Amino acid sequence: MESFALKRIAAVASHLTPTAPPPQQQQALSMEATASAAAASVFDHLEQAPEDPILGITVAYNKDPHPGKVNLGVGAYRTEEGKPLILNVVRRAEERLLADRSKNKEYLPITGLADFNKRSAMLILGSDSPAVVEKRLVTAQCLSGTGSLRVGAEFLARHYGVKLVFLPTPTWGNHFKVFMNAGLAVKTYRYYDNKTRGLDYEGMLEDIGAAPSGSVILLHACAHNPTGVDPTPQQWEGIRQAIRNRGHLPFFDSAYQGFASGSLDKDALAVRTFVADGGECFIAQSFAKNMGLYGERVGALSIVSKSSGVATRVESQLKLVIRPMYSNPPIHGASIVALVLGDGDLFSEWTVELKGMADRIISMRHKLYDALRARGTPGDWTHILKQIGMFSFTGLNKEQVQFMTREYRIYMTLDGRISMAGLSLKTVPLLADAIHAAVTGAKA
Amino acid sequence: MAVAVDVSRFENVSMAPPDPILGVSEAFKADTDATKLNLGVGAYRTEDLQPYVLKVVNKAEQLMLERGENKEYLPIEGLAAFNKATAELLLGADNPVIKNGQIATVQGLSGTGSLRLGAAFIARYFPGVKVLISSPTWGNHKNILSDVGVPWSEYRYFDPQTVGLDFKGMIEDIKGAPNGSVILLHGCAHNPTGIDPTPEQWEAIADELEEKGHMPFFDVAYQGFASGSLDDDASSVRKFASRGFEMFVAQSYSKNLGLYAERIGAINVILPTADLAARVKSQLKRLARPMYSNPPVHGARIVANVVGDSVLFDEWRAEMQMMAGRIKGVRQKLYEALLSKDKSGKDWSFILKQIGMFSFTGLTKSQSDNMTDKWHVYMTKDGRISLAGLNLAKCDYLADAIIDSYYNVK
Repeated sequence: MESFALKRIAAVASHLTPTAPPPQQQQALSMEATASAAAASVFDHLEQAPEDPILGITVAYNKDPHPGKVNLGVGAYRTEEGKPLILNVVRRAEERLLADRSKNKEYLPITGLADFNKRSAMLILGSDSPAVVEKRLVTAQCLSGTGSLRVGAEFLARHYGVKLVFLPTPTWGNHFKVFMNAGLAVKTYRYYDNKTRGLDYEGMLEDIGAAPSGSVILLHACAHNPTGVDPTPQQWEGIRQAIRNRGHLPFFDSAYQGFASGSLDKDALAVRTFVADGGECFIAQSFAKNMGLYGERVGALSIVSKSSGVATRVESQLKLVIRPMYSNPPIHGASIVALVLGDGDLFSEWTVELKGMADRIISMRHKLYDALRARGTPGDWTHILKQIGMFSFTGLNKEQVQFMTREYRIYMTLDGRISMAGLSLKTVPLLADAIHAAVTGAKA
Repeated sequence: MAVAVDVSRFENVSMAPPDPILGVSEAFKADTDATKLNLGVGAYRTEDLQPYVLKVVNKAEQLMLERGENKEYLPIEGLAAFNKATAELLLGADNPVIKNGQIATVQGLSGTGSLRLGAAFIARYFPGVKVLISSPTWGNHKNILSDVGVPWSEYRYFDPQTVGLDFKGMIEDIKGAPNGSVILLHGCAHNPTGIDPTPEQWEAIADELEEKGHMPFFDVAYQGFASGSLDDDASSVRKFASRGFEMFVAQSYSKNLGLYAERIGAINVILPTADLAARVKSQLKRLARPMYSNPPVHGARIVANVVGDSVLFDEWRAEMQMMAGRIKGVRQKLYEALLSKDKSGKDWSFILKQIGMFSFTGLTKSQSDNMTDKWHVYMTKDGRISLAGLNLAKCDYLADAIIDSYYNVK
């Protein structure tokens, strides 16, 4: 066993690049191996990776034994009772699926459930979209928003000339790694203005204008994560012109359709104006939030191109990206979505449930704002009311956040983002107390 | 008003060929001939050639619906109950590796996704290390390794002369690889050949890996499906684990639980200490998060429910034995049909000796084309047929097709 381990270490060490442990370390490993064979491993150079900055909040929250803890980290909707919510339409769709004896679990095609793809695309683009009518669209079912972004990014890394994507500052933390791991270079464009707590529109246009022609521009379709600041329709038009003037490729991340305004069509306006000008774009859709299907991993990548010929060839190449990644996507969540989108009654009910969730979040915004005003917490907190979607970008700094977690068991991301969807009437006072204490007492 | 550019940015994107395996089913669907037979993809069919959803799966889904479990995000590493169950199924619950926490298990997207995580890990943490794959092997292995950027080469495996294992060639090529390479091994029911090493051969393979400081990477997609016994089919993996190898094991529940479309599997890394296992797991998570964030919950819950309930577990075993038994039955019938129709004395016994869903017929590409074009028998061009797609009623027809293709097409 000793010599075996030594051989393995020596063998693998010989493959390591110059940045890897130098030969001296190999000696050190050998000596360690002599002392204790069980400790020697070719994996010794591995470090413990830190938890994911967003999903790790839930990990930390779960570990905390304190009964009054509140999880405002991940963007997952909670009821007034603080419980996860299964939508009624989802429950009913599942019952129908289970009762349907004609259903089986055969592999989906590589690009997923055709019915789901069709309906998802129509949901974001509108059924009368020129891209749909002219067959210039390819849609592939992917693993929620993340998977759709990743497959799109991998495709671009292979087939697109400008291997550079611009992300807004700030953006969802995972965007960076998604694009980088796919092989694209990542830069940023100005987006959030700290001083106004609004959109740095001029900065955004400047940076878009300065980006190398043909760059990929990542845009949040609505309910920007984490800031909750969205461009106005007029600003969207300016952004569209700037992007088209530079020949850039827009890549939409649509994870909150229906959550921003409560209306599915209104929330799709930005995407639809881009498609209406006849240009090309990528769209990553997620049904994690708006259908509450988080863990089922349901999403879609849509690519709008100039011609149906291109669309067909693009689809064939998407399959080459997907097949070595996971072969074909999971059926359960997509079947639920296809059923709901395809049934008039279920669809109507869904829009009502969706609005219910959006409205509850808005009411939490008001409650929190009122609670802070009642406490006389210093600062202008109107941004809590103005911000759109699931999150509030509080403006709290890292130290203040850590204080709130430590002293008040409020779990949230270090950038000051809180998931309003995780609040209830019961927990608003606690959060308000925590913010108040952090702002008035915590050391900067 | 700003308009978009006139020409597509993707004008030069070329048409990719259809997937060699999954593309077969698409071609089969398009065929309108009544005699058509789909022996392409490895998906189990009943005697009526219908897809099969296991009864225990229906029961588990019913339970899940009644319980009204939520759909919250799983942790990046997947459902804890599933990870525990899958590691125990693989190694045995009383295995010291499990008891000592010497295993990092991360739920993956079936076999493919689990292999992808393992390969991506190797690319990142063992840069330059080569992976050796069998010749032939499941076609997607090459795609996975190429996409993550891991160099690969082949070791001899299939001997067309004996229609058996080229054991000598295999050992030679393993010996010839640079020390510290990764050797991709099929745990049981080798795909596409159906030819598995004997227990003695497995020991010799392990000896060679140990001698060269190679690392085994097992692809276990058919546990329970090869022999009908979960434990017997895991014996190669368990043997290597007991010999102290650091190793990767990718698992799939597509076939043995019929959960093809639910995409449920796991990547396991077996290590000398629990501390190392924790570190490896944390790094596997860093690969998964930018790929799909966290895995799908539905299939994982089905597996956890079936394995976690002794009644359902026993029922599962029985259904698995039934499926493996039906395949052994068609092998027998096909063999007898070939024997009765082919008077040349050719040895068709490999049909009986090969293990699992597939048979490597030895038919060439043009002979395989003949199978499809003339006989409407759909199979992959490497000569592989999926016996899971064959029933007793079609054995005669298939025998006719094989004999015609073998003797009349060059």
